[in-house]
Amino acid sequence: MQTEQHQSGADGAENHAGANVDEIMQKVAEHKGCGTSGGSGKASCGSGAGENDLPTEIWEKVKNHPCYSEEAHHHYARMHVAVAPACNIQCNYCNRKYDCANESRPGVVSEKLTPEQAAKKVLAVASTIPQMTVLGIAGPGDPLANPEKTFKTFELVAKYAPDIKLCVSTNGLTLPDHVERLSKYNIDHVTITINMVDPEVGAKIYPWVYYNKKRYHGVEAAKILTDRQLQGLEMLTERGILSKINSVMIPGINDEHLVEVNKAVKSRGAFLHNIMPLISAPEHGTVFGLTGQRGPTAQELKALQDNCEGEMNMMRHCRQCRADAVGLLGEDRSAEFTTDKVMEMEVSYDLEARKAYQEAVEKERQAVVDAKKAELAGLAGEHSDIKMLIAVATKGSGKVNEHFGHAKEFQVYELSTSGAKFVGHRRVDLYCQGGYGEEDSLATIIRAINDCHAVFVAKIGGCPKNDLKAAGIDPVDQYAGEFIEQSAIAYFKDYLDKVKSGEIQHVERGDAQIRQGALTAAEAA
Amino acid sequence: MAYKIVKDNCTGCSACEPECPNEAISESKDGLFIIDPAKCTECIGHHDQPQCVAVCPIEETCVIDDNYPRYQAA
Repeated sequence: MQTEQHQSGADGAENHAGANVDEIMQKVAEHKGCGTSGGSGKASCGSGAGENDLPTEIWEKVKNHPCYSEEAHHHYARMHVAVAPACNIQCNYCNRKYDCANESRPGVVSEKLTPEQAAKKVLAVASTIPQMTVLGIAGPGDPLANPEKTFKTFELVAKYAPDIKLCVSTNGLTLPDHVERLSKYNIDHVTITINMVDPEVGAKIYPWVYYNKKRYHGVEAAKILTDRQLQGLEMLTERGILSKINSVMIPGINDEHLVEVNKAVKSRGAFLHNIMPLISAPEHGTVFGLTGQRGPTAQELKALQDNCEGEMNMMRHCRQCRADAVGLLGEDRSAEFTTDKVMEMEVSYDLEARKAYQEAVEKERQAVVDAKKAELAGLAGEHSDIKMLIAVATKGSGKVNEHFGHAKEFQVYELSTSGAKFVGHRRVDLYCQGGYGEEDSLATIIRAINDCHAVFVAKIGGCPKNDLKAAGIDPVDQYAGEFIEQSAIAYFKDYLDKVKSGEIQHVERGDAQIRQGALTAAEAA
Repeated sequence: MAYKIVKDNCTGCSACEPECPNEAISESKDGLFIIDPAKCTECIGHHDQPQCVAVCPIEETCVIDDNYPRYQAA
């Protein structure tokens, strides 16, 4: 099945090459129509969109892609290979000199690989983790500033592991030069980081770009960058290659401007917009870290995402992974696949075994969808203005299956009479974060989920239970092992009943703190 | 004078290597990069800016090496 998918993808790419631009734009626009309907329509749209919300050919491309489909991210894994160390622009949120095994930011890696080493690693990982469906190249520099290494890696992987989807993440400066080649290699997803469409804003984010053999500074540099990014995006759309836009939310610099960015990229056919919080801890040594530029709070980030959602699909499940991440989103298994270990591994790439495993995953996934639908039916006809957030401890498969004390992150859902909608995740532990280690870890967890009314767990001890209750967060362990969304809707129905009967009073919760960075192997171990 | 790479600053990112018009830059055993002063022309006659300096992400990494005579009088 996977091979067929790949083949159909190839055919699709060829068809798109000759397709009418308006036709493609229309398809993209049509599927976003649900986002403008408001209310319940929004809840079923966004990156959580399912089969029924998307044109078939777009759904086929994203359905097993953890970074493009919120639903898929519970079931399928991705990996990045760090073959692209060079970059051609400087960003104030990046420090190119910093490599740390225990630190986690996009762009940080433990080892750089040659394309041959990378291909071997992909085969080793895909043989060990059969739900790994996607290989991305995302740096640590810019993959398209390293075109030979990037495309050589894709060529090798396409040859030996034809069922794996290939994707690339770029700053977009050289994108227009490489669109043809991307199309030729059957890469049907590209992520472009676009933080501005106004060079005056850009000058505050990018000190320089290296373009046409020259280094440009300030507004002039930002103008070149934005022109090239938007041109590249248009060229991808013309060829039917799906584009996701990453934007870093920098309060006071581009936070309000990102609404304009959102409109600009949507009008050029971008499929999904991922607005991420700035990571700017001083110890990372970035310009923004050193100047004390803060990142957004959880509420500020959600407000901006909600504000843009009427315009197009928003991605809410991004973990801002390292450029050598391996496994499910929110999981880091990269320590199992260091170059030394990979080179010693005997790899037998069994396409049939992978296919059989993924068929089982699809059954599991369908069960999650069915359970949610069945529970939603019970909410039909209910109308209430009450909205609330809940945090969920999960190991994947769409279930409440993690012990409170073992959770490295909580997944956050917004509950309303429209159902349960995934709105983000909250990290609750980070190795390199100075200062937190000396504090009571429970206090930091409560700060991270302080905007939630309840926390769903598989199990929880007596002490944290009482502390959570004291903080106004309901610890819920009655749904252990059950499906998240089904449980959340059942809980919400019960909550509404209690509010109606006067047993409890609904109160709004406060803001929460975003912990910086993604999960590292050191923490996961 | 030729350009040289300050070892302590080099991250081994490899951005400079393909940009050098003289193939003067190569990777050393430690994964960092070095410039062969005999091949470096400071990009005079090739580009307006020395390419290693223009592309290097770390300031003060590709610098003039005063130990070598200027390749070509301007």
